[in-house]
Amino acid sequence: MTFIDWIAQPINWVFLAVGAAMLVSGLRVVTARNVVHAALYLMAALGASAALFVMLSAEFVALVVVLVYIGAVIVLFLFGIMITRAPTGFDTVLDTKAKRAPAAVVSVILFGVLSYGSLTAFGATEVASGGTGTDTSILAFSLLGRFVVPFEVVGFILLAALVGGITVARRDLTPLEEEERGSV
Amino acid sequence: MIANQFLVLAAALFSLGVYGLLVRRNVVLVLLSVELMLAAVNINLVVFEAMLVTPDAVGQVFALFVIAIAAAEVGIGLAIVLMIFRNRQSANIDELDLLRW
Repeated sequence: MTFIDWIAQPINWVFLAVGAAMLVSGLRVVTARNVVHAALYLMAALGASAALFVMLSAEFVALVVVLVYIGAVIVLFLFGIMITRAPTGFDTVLDTKAKRAPAAVVSVILFGVLSYGSLTAFGATEVASGGTGTDTSILAFSLLGRFVVPFEVVGFILLAALVGGITVARRDLTPLEEEERGSV
Repeated sequence: MIANQFLVLAAALFSLGVYGLLVRRNVVLVLLSVELMLAAVNINLVVFEAMLVTPDAVGQVFALFVIAIAAAEVGIGLAIVLMIFRNRQSANIDELDLLRW
């Protein structure tokens, strides 16, 4: 398939728009000078990835990304940012200048290797497009059938992470405070 | 749509995440870069599912598992950042070089 054939399909224009939005916001996540802006750009990048999932007929995964990432994880990040910067004021130096050039070299080489690998391995393999989407009942039978043990393990990990997070993050009371609380 | 357009885009997003991981000094921003890399991995999983349509939708199921584990990782990671910040008054990753007390 030539580039002319590829660009003639309208869905690929959508892909180019979504992909450009994703790359620009991803770049801003790693270069933004404001921590809150970085978190909000991550939200945009994840929204673009949800759009890609819809294009790939994975609607349920797209909705889960919107719910879990954009809805919950970003809020958690914003809380973390607010808590870690409030007492000391704004940290203006967010990245190490001396590391920029080597890090850029590493990531460009990594991108070259990864894209060379996928280009040689898959060539012009088509993906299904314009279908009716994946039936959610297939995912449900798969999650609660073949993959029920990993599903339960993930649920247990989430519970353990919740309990562990609370235990790690809560401030231990000093003996004096404990005594005051006990007397009330 | 060919598979490679998505795979190369995911590779670019992953490389951006690696760049951020190496260059950022603030721990919260390092965690944000990790999230970028996990999003790239999810795109790969969903693309492979769309390419080799499996009866159980295995690729999408594993993308869901990755999302759940990533949520747990963020919760634990931010709790650790919070505790370190409370003890050291700093979220700078270069200052967290203490292996013994």
